Amino acid sequence: MKIHVELNVVRQTEWYEYALRFLSGGLITATAGIIAKKFGPEIGGLFLAFPAIFPASATLIEKHERESKARLGLKGTKRASRAVSVAAAGASIGTIGLAAFALVVWKTIPNHSPWLVLLGATLVWMTLSVLLWRARKRLALFRRGILN
Amino acid sequence: MSEIALRFLIGGAVVSVFALLGDLFKPKSFAGLFGAAPSVALATLALTLSSEGARYVATEARSMVLGAVAFLVYASVISWVMMHYKCKALPVTASSFLLWFGAAFGLWCVCLR
Repeated sequence: MKIHVELNVVRQTEWYEYALRFLSGGLITATAGIIAKKFGPEIGGLFLAFPAIFPASATLIEKHERESKARLGLKGTKRASRAVSVAAAGASIGTIGLAAFALVVWKTIPNHSPWLVLLGATLVWMTLSVLLWRARKRLALFRRGILN
Repeated sequence: MSEIALRFLIGGAVVSVFALLGDLFKPKSFAGLFGAAPSVALATLALTLSSEGARYVATEARSMVLGAVAFLVYASVISWVMMHYKCKALPVTASSFLLWFGAAFGLWCVCLR
């Protein structure tokens, strides 16, 4: 399956679902700052990779899958569960990119332009995550004998 | 107080943008990449940079590497559980926070303490 954009998802999402994500993101960012102030950057830094919005995103995926199956008169419980599993598998690949982001910031920010480092680290996260995702996809196709 | 409010607003906005990007992309495994976007990190580090400086940010980023490894454990376990059992997403993803805490602080004790 090719990577593509589906804009109709924006209309399917309720306002409170956006609000919930904003709230989760805001709370974890504020909490990470408070923890760093109280316990130091060594502990506070851990929370920069806290999966704060994952439950909200997973619940949203589950809800949309169930709704699309309900329109066909089906329950869709298994499909919804699998959809969350697939999204979590994608996130697990993204965490390798996230670790690379942190590694780039850790090693380079004291001696280089901080804003360029943050930009570069974000590009490293994106590039590495996409490359790993593609490699995993190709490996899966190869195993199924679709790709030689 | 105003600094916390600023963190809340910027963090909420950055996280929402990455979450929206995750919604827009298909297939779902690709969209899942955005579930591990450095959204909280970007908001926090950008604000910390101006108040505490680059050395402080580097120390936070060093710990973040371990947090990301804990996230890998968290996401992998959720993926496995949701694939093999018919569960509701919220109880599984929320209870697995304990796993993240265990992995993150366990790694911190072993590697950085």
